[in-house]
Amino acid sequence: MGPKSRRLSFILMIMMLLGISVALVLAALKDNIVYFYSPTELLMKEPPMGQRLRVGGLVKQGSYLLENDGITSRFVITDKKSEVTATHKGVLPDLFREGQGVVGEGHFNKNKIFEAEKVLAKHDENYMPPEVAEALRKNGVWKGSKKP
Amino acid sequence: MIAEAGHFALILGLVIAFVQGTFPLFGASRNNYGLMALATSSAHAQFFAVSLSFLCLMYSFLISDFSVVNVALNSHTLKPLIYKITGVWGSHEGSMLLWVTILALFGIAVAIFGNNLPDTLKARVLAIQGLIGSAFIGFILLTSNPFNRLDPAPAQGNGLNPILQDPGLAFHPPFLYLGYVGFSVAFAFAVAALIEGRVDPPWARWVRPWTLAAWCSLTIGIALGSWWAYYELGWGGWWFWDPVENASFIPWLLGTALLHSAIVVEKRDALQSWTIFLAILTFSSALLGTFLVRSGILTSVHAFATDPERGIFILLLFVLITGGSLFLYAMRGPVLKGGGLFSPISREGALVLNNLLLTTSAAVVLLGTLYPLLLDAVGGGKVSVGPPFFNATFVPLMVPVLLCCTIAGMMTWKRADLHGVLQRLRVVALTAVIVTLVVTWLQGTKEILPAMALGVAAWLIIGSTVQIAERIGLFKISLMGSLKRASGMPRAAWGMAIAHGALGIFVIGVTASSAWKIEMIQLMKPGEIILVDDYKITFLGTANIKGPNYSGIQGQFEVNVGGDVITMLKPEKRRYQAERSETTEAAILTTLKGDLYGVLGEESGTGAWSTRFYFNPLVSWIWAGALLMAIGGLISLTDRRLRVGAPKLASKPISHAAK
Repeated sequence: MGPKSRRLSFILMIMMLLGISVALVLAALKDNIVYFYSPTELLMKEPPMGQRLRVGGLVKQGSYLLENDGITSRFVITDKKSEVTATHKGVLPDLFREGQGVVGEGHFNKNKIFEAEKVLAKHDENYMPPEVAEALRKNGVWKGSKKP
Repeated sequence: MIAEAGHFALILGLVIAFVQGTFPLFGASRNNYGLMALATSSAHAQFFAVSLSFLCLMYSFLISDFSVVNVALNSHTLKPLIYKITGVWGSHEGSMLLWVTILALFGIAVAIFGNNLPDTLKARVLAIQGLIGSAFIGFILLTSNPFNRLDPAPAQGNGLNPILQDPGLAFHPPFLYLGYVGFSVAFAFAVAALIEGRVDPPWARWVRPWTLAAWCSLTIGIALGSWWAYYELGWGGWWFWDPVENASFIPWLLGTALLHSAIVVEKRDALQSWTIFLAILTFSSALLGTFLVRSGILTSVHAFATDPERGIFILLLFVLITGGSLFLYAMRGPVLKGGGLFSPISREGALVLNNLLLTTSAAVVLLGTLYPLLLDAVGGGKVSVGPPFFNATFVPLMVPVLLCCTIAGMMTWKRADLHGVLQRLRVVALTAVIVTLVVTWLQGTKEILPAMALGVAAWLIIGSTVQIAERIGLFKISLMGSLKRASGMPRAAWGMAIAHGALGIFVIGVTASSAWKIEMIQLMKPGEIILVDDYKITFLGTANIKGPNYSGIQGQFEVNVGGDVITMLKPEKRRYQAERSETTEAAILTTLKGDLYGVLGEESGTGAWSTRFYFNPLVSWIWAGALLMAIGGLISLTDRRLRVGAPKLASKPISHAAK
């Protein structure tokens, strides 16, 4: 094989690889990204039932309760304008607190209850998830934090 | 007083690093040996100053000097000694100081072991390191000084975030940084080569061991981090494709590619330009990783306290360093001449394919990590990209890499006989197919993908074994003869076979623990029994416990297999007084066959507790595989050939990585 055809075969290989990876990425992006909503945004555009999404805000004071089965917890996510009722089956993260920021990932069931399969509260108490911070800032609730 | 000394030493370090970064560069271009020699002495001085500064901070932590803000925010008198020490790098400020200390350590290592390097190359390499050092020390002094005082000093400190008070995480940052910063050596060599306009095999003989040492540390660092996430976060998972995890994984992928392309430069005098490009990319991705973690612009399950202002500073450094070196590459890259020719079907060809696939997968991971930022920047809404995306893109790209591993190891340089190689691998391929079929038969056709993954793992493990067996002529010549050949076999060949086989062990762990995981969530009253896999678990009750700086509740579960009590699982919920926060401590029974993983939840009010149990089959094989990969790298590092080019050079990085 001469140097020219060798170079050609390398270039072809690279093109093929790029093509395959672009196709993979596009296909994966179409199905596998999860949109974030604040409770107020959810009121404005109702996402279809069953679609996977993230909802974030503060856990409303006094809203947390454990359902009768003892393992499903129910709480309200608020951005101080609108509210969403959420449930989570399982053990909540250690830093889950009323009044603190939280992000849930899951879907809405037919009763318009947000079933969170994953609940993210942070390792760090001073930390506010960026999306939640912005959603709250939009409503003028939270003014951004400098480190203490 | 000690804190002031540390602060002063750091300022001194900045000045020395700046001297190291400028005069030798000038000297190298003018052939002024006096100025070039300044590089070596200032590298020594810089290490002395910076590590003194680091020790001062450590001392402040040890004596709990709460008049230092950093100590007051991150320590507590009741904290165990080991976590007072590791608390030094538990905060942003301290971890950046660790970063520059390790950089200075690599600087002095190059200065000491680089006596046989050409003078100009050595001066330039050390100068580049000096420039990086002065940029980062400047960053620390301007935005994150760990020696700031607090007046009046509080009587007690805030303590360290309890989930960081853990052996797995205590040593995660040093290893990770040894990896990240270790790539700065390859980077400095790449930039120096661009300035010189010359890359030759001795250059690669230098770059390869440093890259390998950095790669081993990074492998261990990532493995420690994932192990920690596994047992400490209590979710039973070990990798979440989280931005912070990806930030360390991208440099690993690129570093792996660099490792392989450096072999081609060394052995075949080809791919020089590409290797330099990769060295720049690898270190840049390590900088990007530092930026992503420290700026907190991405939502992460591992988010730390962050400050956007610092993030922007690091981003600026990233743009400066990456942009500058890529510009230099664009200017000088064409000067570099490619050497040895090779056919696409050859070991070089296979390594090129490996490089293309690894860099592509690194790009895909990067894209998935940054996509939420990009989309948000163009007003496309807030999204998150999770595991499904990465599983759908990364895994298909990795399959050919794994398949090629075994084939490439058997190919010859320059031009290989693919047909012959495949013929020699007939038995291996047959075994892989049999493994796939047997697993499918045992688990049903629904589990075809995991079965195929296990087939790939068999391909890797048996392939590596066959490689060694062929080289030592096992069963072809006498056993003594084989042993003799085995001891004479180059360490690099052993290293390769072990690392590739380890990859197979890793794949087995990943596959089994994700495909056949059992998860059970339930409410249990004392006396109640549940069955998880072969384990019969009886909830005996709870007890109050008290540790040195926490109190808590411990659940007591008796684990029974076939009528015998084998152990007690005692998951805890701890409450740390000083930090006023709670942590969940999972209880794990580790066996070769899998982990039984228990977590205690909340009390429901009626005397019953919510509990979670997982059975994670073969999960410990994941970390065993990662560790063995690093061991393979270390064995390869002891290869005589690498020492001929650079005497004793291997011993230093190893002793650090092994600690």
